[in-house]
Amino acid sequence: MKIKIKRESKFQQYEVDLENATLLEVLNHIKTTQDASLTFASGCRSSVCGSCAMRVNGREVLACSYKLQDGDEITPLKNLPIIKDLVVNMDKAYSFNKLSKAWLNPTEEKVAISQNDEKLNEIQSDCILCGSCYSACPVYTLNPDFKGPFSLTRVFKYISDKRETDEKEKIDAIQTNGIWDCTLCNECTMVCPQDISSKADIEKLRMKSSIYGYIDPNFASFGGGLSF
Amino acid sequence: MQKNILIIGAGGAGLSCALSAHEAGANVKVITKEYPTRSQTCMAQGGINASFGNIKEDSVKSHITNTLKSAHSLADEKMVEFLCKKAVDTVQWLDKIGVCFSRTQDSKIAQRTLGGTSAPRACYAQDYTGLKILHTLYDRCLSKNIEILNERFLLELVCNNDEITGAKILNIRTGEVELHNASAVIIATGGYARIYDNHSTNSKASTGDGIAAAFKIGAKLSNMEFIQFHPTALKNSAILISESARGAGGYLLNSKGKRFVDELLPRDKVARAIDKQIKNKEDVFLDIRHLGEKFINEELPQERKLAKLYENIDPINDLIPIKPVAHYTMGGIDVDENSQTNIKGLFAVGECANHHIHGANRLGGNSLLELIVFGREVGKFAVKEAKEIDQKIEILDDIKLNENPEINFYEIKKELGNLFYSNVGITRDENSLNEALKKVQNYISKLPEMGIYDNSKVYNTNKIEFLEFTNTLLLAEVIIKSAIYRQESRGAHFRIDFQEEQQIFEKDTLVTKDGIV
Repeated sequence: MKIKIKRESKFQQYEVDLENATLLEVLNHIKTTQDASLTFASGCRSSVCGSCAMRVNGREVLACSYKLQDGDEITPLKNLPIIKDLVVNMDKAYSFNKLSKAWLNPTEEKVAISQNDEKLNEIQSDCILCGSCYSACPVYTLNPDFKGPFSLTRVFKYISDKRETDEKEKIDAIQTNGIWDCTLCNECTMVCPQDISSKADIEKLRMKSSIYGYIDPNFASFGGGLSF
Repeated sequence: MQKNILIIGAGGAGLSCALSAHEAGANVKVITKEYPTRSQTCMAQGGINASFGNIKEDSVKSHITNTLKSAHSLADEKMVEFLCKKAVDTVQWLDKIGVCFSRTQDSKIAQRTLGGTSAPRACYAQDYTGLKILHTLYDRCLSKNIEILNERFLLELVCNNDEITGAKILNIRTGEVELHNASAVIIATGGYARIYDNHSTNSKASTGDGIAAAFKIGAKLSNMEFIQFHPTALKNSAILISESARGAGGYLLNSKGKRFVDELLPRDKVARAIDKQIKNKEDVFLDIRHLGEKFINEELPQERKLAKLYENIDPINDLIPIKPVAHYTMGGIDVDENSQTNIKGLFAVGECANHHIHGANRLGGNSLLELIVFGREVGKFAVKEAKEIDQKIEILDDIKLNENPEINFYEIKKELGNLFYSNVGITRDENSLNEALKKVQNYISKLPEMGIYDNSKVYNTNKIEFLEFTNTLLLAEVIIKSAIYRQESRGAHFRIDFQEEQQIFEKDTLVTKDGIV
């Protein structure tokens, strides 16, 4: 089986004799037997640590849960600085969690969470921060400061949590370079290994923002014409 | 001048510690060789024990009794009592900061029964308990603006007059060696089950780096021979198939299609029964076909997905090929009730430490609890003890490694894993252990002939994997010597040549650089 891996500016081809193997198993095989300099990140092998996200033929996958096909082309995630081969630097992407204030402001009061309450953000709390959505998002070619799919999903997660005491703080934080920059193209949903739809979460955050008096700035720019 | 607390490791223990040290007023820096959310903690599925009694009556006393029974007289009763008493408060704190625990119909935290417990005690968040706890702690650290340095590998701990002064860290991204000074260093680097290489459920990162570094500067290690094997991992990939598959009524079958053990016995007993079948040339399978497609899809969706992916079978129609593999390491850096090691200013917490909680066998649901309870305690204590210093980082010369190796360490790493699985595994005896010791000592003597093939500076994973391998090799010798010394069977340590517990071994195996104490 042949596999092409993007290294520096060009593709390098490797030949492996492994049947029915995951991409991660193949990468490990190459590293330990053919080319120790091949660089990629991995951890749990069972799709919960989010280390091994990369692209196969242009599509984001977790290397540990993708079965390699002959002729596959492997490239690193997009929209992120490449450190080496298939390893990207996640620091800036993760910093959007902080800028979006994606955390809970707890209350001292006892809040009862029902099974229904729990379902409100169960899937959002399945996020493994693998960065697939970030890579697939077309907004980054225009706006590198877009707070992005996983951070906005995380904001939705905390806003929909009954225990949150400062919803407005988060709504305020995601107005600029946030929810209104999304084009609702749904690419993030298509590539999420955990079946999370950041696009849907962003739509819900837009509705929530309107309750706080925010309006779509793209729409608002036409507003001036109405005041005679 | 400030109290500078350096925490190495950013899993459940490291982040809990960071939060409490920050709250106690210290300047906190967390270093991880990955990113926090990639830590081993994310793999914990089962739950975190606390005797709320939300499902059925339960008590702190029962929690203590169950923990001590599983520990086979090697746990410290006072420490176990402390852990169990703190459990309810600890889970309430996690709930308060936003962990999405599953709920009961009357809006309480849901609890389930894990092996060896008298009540449904493990609070869980679907099959993602560890993941959701870890991510919530991480978000909380962001809210407190705690400094976290990603992708930095611990090389050495630095001491002056038997007191810790900092740590040498390899910045994986730049290849530079940094010396970080600190008033106190807390090791929270996780366990060492990856010594078994592909015979372990653990993340590839569980290579005992912090334990090896502490050992090298004279820290005492204890009970390193106690390694828990999980009965059911996928045969080819060692991916965990959760205990809930057996809990729900799954059978264990051999090649003849016969059941051979009560599937609900404790982990060590089931693992030994399976091991015996495998040693008699039988293949062993987990059979959940009779549970039905609907049940499997609802309750065991991860298991179905993983079996399809790694074994190419569908558990709805097929048997799942399994084997027992290394899952959790009970031993570690020996610490007292304040998580203090025998070196001033050096603390250890989490799986890398031996807090004398698990003894000879860990109870399911107690490991997540240990991380959070002792993580929060050590944060406070270390700050209280710490001196004020000026924080600084120095850049040191690069480490020198053999760049023309004659032996491929990746091959030895694999051999070491196979050797440990066969000779220092579910069962051991004097011959198997002596043979393993001889081989490991031979590998150690050949270390100068091993090295790295990639001599680049930036993000050199070949170098990191070699350094991790040398850490496991160092610990391998300690584990085998401890296992040879303990001429009895107790909990997870099973000697074919000494099958009973012996009163004289009702004590910890303590090891220093000079050997067994």
